[in-house]
Amino acid sequence: MTVAKGVFLILSAVTLGSALAVVTQRNLFHAALFLILSFFGVAGLYVLLDAAFLAGIQVLIYIGAIAILIIFAVMLTRQMMRPVEPQVNLQWAWAAGLSFAFLALVLWVTLRIPWPEQVSVPVTAESITRLGQALMDPQQYVLPFEVASVLLFVALVGSVAIARERD
Amino acid sequence: MIPLSWYLIVATALFAIGLYGALSRRNAIAILMGIELMLNAVNINLVAFWRYLTPHRITGQAFAIFVFAVAAAEAAVGLALIISVYRNRDTVDVEKINLLKW
Repeated sequence: MTVAKGVFLILSAVTLGSALAVVTQRNLFHAALFLILSFFGVAGLYVLLDAAFLAGIQVLIYIGAIAILIIFAVMLTRQMMRPVEPQVNLQWAWAAGLSFAFLALVLWVTLRIPWPEQVSVPVTAESITRLGQALMDPQQYVLPFEVASVLLFVALVGSVAIARERD
Repeated sequence: MIPLSWYLIVATALFAIGLYGALSRRNAIAILMGIELMLNAVNINLVAFWRYLTPHRITGQAFAIFVFAVAAAEAAVGLALIISVYRNRDTVDVEKINLLKW
């Protein structure tokens, strides 16, 4: 049991444990906070995978934007004076069975393949440079990059148009 | 070092937890939280495969960046829709938002 394996097990436990809390908590605000904790765990896993830039992006975007947006939505759709309703819908048993069957099937198929045990090549910090160049290179990913920026613009305009106050 | 299969197990488990959350919850925002968990699981898979199988190329990380962008856009639009539904129907309970159900 090396240090890396120990850190991986702690991060995985944090990630999966808070994910379970997200999907079972009745209080939505608590669920959003557990979601933030889960995102931190995933960012730690990115650091273990030598993708430090992605770990920073994960914290910035998922925790700093998406989770904050979710908390805003929870606050704006507060249902205070309601009778206590169940927090699962009518098909939760099917959902649990399906999720478990999916997990079992995918693990059974995936774990039969002899995946590599070690990383073969070290990754240097210039992978960030390569990522930036790949996103700007006409031979590589500049087209999806531009399409993604158009998508974000459309999402911005669209969500303002949908959620603004109508007089 | 950490075997690749450990990362795949964590990603699959996270995806299954997100799937359960997206399928079984009543509140629309809780469903969206399940969807975000699934997207995170996919990203872990992408980055793990990049690191172990093709670290000489940058495709895995680029794909993960695009998944980040799409997840952010979809969360924004989804939450705007939920807020709009709340303003019109005064509920975000998906059992009650059933005008289009058979």
